[in-house]
Amino acid sequence: MDALLFMIFAAIAVICGINLVVQTHPISSALSLVGVMGALAALYLLLGGEFIAAAQLVVYAGAIMVLFVFVIMLLNAGTEKKLAIRPWGKYLGAPLLLLFFGMMAYVVQRILPESSPVVFGAFQGGTAAEIGRSLFTVYLLPFEVTSVLILIAILGAIVLARKEVD
Amino acid sequence: MPLGPLPAAVPPSWYLTLSAILFALGVLGFLLRRNIITVFMSIELMLNAVNLSFVTFSYVLKRADGHIFSFFVMVVAAAEAAVGLAIILTVFKNRQTLEIDEVSSLKN
Amino acid sequence: MNYYLLSLIKTAIVVGIFMHVLAYLQWIERKVIAHVQLRVGPRRVGPHGLLQPLADVIKLITKEDILPSHVNKVFYFMAPFIAVTFALISISIIPFGPEITVGGVRTNMGLTDLNIGVLFILGISGLGVYGVALAGWASNNKYALMGGLRSSAQMISYELPMALALASPLLILNTLSLREIANGQAGYYLGFIPRWAIFQMPFPQIFSFILFLIAGFAETNRVPFDLPEAENELVAGFHVEYASMKFASFFMAEYANMVTVSCIATLLFLGGWHPIFPEKYGSGLIPVVIFAASGLLCFFHAANPARPFDRITLPMFGVLFLGAAGLFLLPPVQFILLPLFWFCAKVLIILFVFIWVRATLPRFRYDQLMRFAWTFMFPVALVNLFITALLVAVYP
Repeated sequence: MDALLFMIFAAIAVICGINLVVQTHPISSALSLVGVMGALAALYLLLGGEFIAAAQLVVYAGAIMVLFVFVIMLLNAGTEKKLAIRPWGKYLGAPLLLLFFGMMAYVVQRILPESSPVVFGAFQGGTAAEIGRSLFTVYLLPFEVTSVLILIAILGAIVLARKEVD
Repeated sequence: MPLGPLPAAVPPSWYLTLSAILFALGVLGFLLRRNIITVFMSIELMLNAVNLSFVTFSYVLKRADGHIFSFFVMVVAAAEAAVGLAIILTVFKNRQTLEIDEVSSLKN
Repeated sequence: MNYYLLSLIKTAIVVGIFMHVLAYLQWIERKVIAHVQLRVGPRRVGPHGLLQPLADVIKLITKEDILPSHVNKVFYFMAPFIAVTFALISISIIPFGPEITVGGVRTNMGLTDLNIGVLFILGISGLGVYGVALAGWASNNKYALMGGLRSSAQMISYELPMALALASPLLILNTLSLREIANGQAGYYLGFIPRWAIFQMPFPQIFSFILFLIAGFAETNRVPFDLPEAENELVAGFHVEYASMKFASFFMAEYANMVTVSCIATLLFLGGWHPIFPEKYGSGLIPVVIFAASGLLCFFHAANPARPFDRITLPMFGVLFLGAAGLFLLPPVQFILLPLFWFCAKVLIILFVFIWVRATLPRFRYDQLMRFAWTFMFPVALVNLFITALLVAVYP
């Protein structure tokens, strides 16, 4: 069951990821990215990260991507122009990419010791209570600094997006 | 890697491989696409791939720290999206284009 | 019993009832608005228009499904699916009552319970906006695009005060699971004041409740915040190009969202299925009294009929109501029906408020809507959260 679920959601993630790169219209890409995020949220659940799965849905899929879709709709962005790929990129690109995939996969398989397979429910440390406790004890300073970062981002967005007044 | 009938559960390395594939797809989109918004979304895909490996390592080490890291990544991504989309809006207002190659006044 | 079989049975029951509730909610809405405006509402199809939802469904299914030539076909078909899917998913984690034992099988009333229930609801309601936004964009129509844009901006803005309003009772109740939230509100102060979150010490959550309801109105695109579909400015907003079942899907999604918001408000603020005063003072008799009184009222009106037709229909309803009153007195089903009655009564009261507001208030202007969200709702929700947190920390 765990393997089957992993296969299903991994397939969804990869197909949506490929779709993101291939589609020419930004709104198709945006929805593919939402698909990737949904599939990843399910995988986080399999890995025992309840809180992160929920945060993925709330923050990424529910807020950040809605903002992207909103901007795409606001600017009424059209399809992208076909781009001219240089000949060596055309013939060398795909093999190089496959090689890159292969290398990364090989390194991961090689370096990681034979650990026990991922079973749903084997790791219970990802509950909201645990995450909250860590955030407000061990990671208190980073957490507070992040809030300053967000404040700065809000101010920056307002300054950038407001109309010129003078 | 043993081939054959599907095992009951997959090892963590499969999750890491998936993360690598998604990251590579993000790099591909970042390099190939010419629309600023799509390039931006490719970056988000890379961040997501990294998050997946954080959560996987968290599972392997049986510690919640990886979850916290990916939580911070999400927060940074949210801040980045707010500022980045504001910049994109401003660029579009001034130049009426989203093609990344046409915004090159600083070149030469 | 087999877990899968049990889940399947529960799903069938919940989905079956939920679909009928959605259909009849529209009948209730038309009736209530009609009576507020001194009309009688639908009463041609069936007694007192009770078969009107059936007629509407048949009409919507058999209508011609128009496919405009200028739409983006993929997203045009996807949008209603997305809207209705995310509207219906939320019902799966809502508990309707306590744990019960039926025929030797112990089970929870409700489909499932998540440790992260409240977060899940927030996430799903955030995803629902894609249906509306995509519908507006794919229709390739000025009005539809305006509706889609308005709705996404509105939903992003009101999600913040909604989340902040939800966070304050969570501080008191100390859990994210909806079932435990409801259980945490059992019991009474001084023997008769219910420990619901809106009364619970150290800081009664009445302000959060009001803020949540206001944000809920905005999240479900209801009057006075129904700008995405403002008829007289945008024709019908995001669903102007939709016909037949695709239009019905948006309609269904709106009502399903309304029911979800009411259920969440009931569970988080009004104590879920816990009665308003203790069992020992006879709260178990309230449904009996209400149903019996309705039945007797029906008989009274049948004896002095305003219309000749009433002489036949009202006694039938009278018998039905008296039968329902009798059911609440039967011990074998009482323990299922009583929690369900309190839960449904609270949900229906909130739904009635939704409809009441729709019949009473005018629509906001768009800039007023945004200013209200950011300059009133957001600061008030923050202050409320802060006071709650302070009091919870001082008086644990």
